[in-house]
Amino acid sequence: MNPAVDVEDFSIVPPGHTSRGRLERVLRRGDFAVTAELNPPDSADPDRVFEQAEPFEGWVDGINATDGPGANCHMSSAGICALLTRVGYAPVMQITCRDRNRIAIQGDVLGAAAMGVSNILCLTGDGVQAGDQPGAKPVFDLDCMSLLETIRIMRDEGRFLSGRRITEAPKLFLGAAINPFAPPFEFRPLRLKKKIEAGAQFVQSQYCFDVPMMKAYMSRIVDMGLDEKCFILVGVGPLASAKAARWIMANVPGIHIPDAVIARLEGAKNQKREGRRICAEIIREVRQIKGVAGVHLMAYRQEELVAQIVEESGVLAGRKPWKKEPQPGDQALIEAAAEKARILRKAVTQDKEGKS
Amino acid sequence: MIFARHKTRSRMAYKPAGASPVQRASMRYSLRRWSVEHARFLEKIYTLFADMLLALHWLWSLIGYRRIERPMLFLERNIKGLMFDCRMCGQCILSQTGMSCPMNCPKALRNGPCGGVRAGGNCEIETDMPCVWTEAWRGAQQMQGGDSILAVQKPVDQSLKNTSAWLRATAQRAAQNAVKAGIKA
Repeated sequence: MNPAVDVEDFSIVPPGHTSRGRLERVLRRGDFAVTAELNPPDSADPDRVFEQAEPFEGWVDGINATDGPGANCHMSSAGICALLTRVGYAPVMQITCRDRNRIAIQGDVLGAAAMGVSNILCLTGDGVQAGDQPGAKPVFDLDCMSLLETIRIMRDEGRFLSGRRITEAPKLFLGAAINPFAPPFEFRPLRLKKKIEAGAQFVQSQYCFDVPMMKAYMSRIVDMGLDEKCFILVGVGPLASAKAARWIMANVPGIHIPDAVIARLEGAKNQKREGRRICAEIIREVRQIKGVAGVHLMAYRQEELVAQIVEESGVLAGRKPWKKEPQPGDQALIEAAAEKARILRKAVTQDKEGKS
Repeated sequence: MIFARHKTRSRMAYKPAGASPVQRASMRYSLRRWSVEHARFLEKIYTLFADMLLALHWLWSLIGYRRIERPMLFLERNIKGLMFDCRMCGQCILSQTGMSCPMNCPKALRNGPCGGVRAGGNCEIETDMPCVWTEAWRGAQQMQGGDSILAVQKPVDQSLKNTSAWLRATAQRAAQNAVKAGIKA
């Protein structure tokens, strides 16, 4: 496929899509997608958000805005997404069930969609005990599964959970999380099946440091035919040092780092550089696994490395994700893309006329 | 998925009695684990018991479901509390969760385990407690209707908390039977 600058028509939902967003288009046309996680600021200054998003520009197809990660208080995901959409970024809004009940969440979904959010990732969220305010009331009115179903009902049936009508249904691409690296392992693929039934169209996984384990999981997913119903993005990230890796293993449940990876970091002269290399290698390896549709980069406090890692891994194969200002040499590509957008718009109008 | 932990987390000097993880483990989890271990047996008992309650529908109607609610609630709370550490959500799905009560999950997950289950199968929050969903999976393997663990569960109706799930299920089944009989006749 030709490298295309992303200047399509985003005011319409293309046929076969459920959102207007860029991420869904990238995945549906079969490109290997890259998403990254934004470190939410502890600040009311919008520029902090834009600074955080800047290093991802031109390298990722979606930016995840976390919702109180680790049960720690930060700027809300809805706020971050509202800022990002102003500029033109494609945010993936994360919603957890920890802090808000079904009334608040459904309201947030409408608000976010109105602000131009096209992608929502449905999570249960960490327990309040994990964060900086363990005395908070854990809400958990919904869980990730019923959250998925709730938003799917809002989108597809145009009504709230109560049955009340929504005048303009939100156009959304729904995601969920998977963790193939935590027990009970036999249950994990079945749980993904459940999530797909509930409405998941894409999933982002927990950090993958153990590629053989991911392969084993994916072979079951492919056997069950789930990779055809859902886009699977593998979570990856650079380890800053062997010490950091050990700390993660001891303190963060659900992340599995093989001893070989830690030993390799330990033996390296420059551990940070080695961590980056390992990450790029893992990306290249998971790219080869059947059923994997993309990667999700979580480079916590090393966001500046994302561009380098993506380039080193070569997974974009010359494709250039959206950036604020296209380079002068991109003019021809812009025109080609605009032409494509015109054709697409025509197809949609014809499709609509055909229906009515 | 970010793993920020703050070192400055305040720690209470005083811990209330019974809040020690070890103490809790020895006090409560043993019977709950027994119930999962014997999920198949309990499933049979439960089916028989549900049928019995249904057979006595005439009696409940005679006394009045409203009047029987409180004594039944007392029984249900104590029996299920002992066997399953029941939290009286009022919409029991034990038969679909391997006889492991999902409301004991600190995140109240009713649709399977979260991603934080520890390598040994314990809860990420209550580190000394086996994850209710690894237990549920174990129990469901033995049960005849174990596959129902794959059904997507609707959100909990919080307004039914502290009501008798047994009576409600019985009344609902009786109503369904009445409808069926009506269709046949």
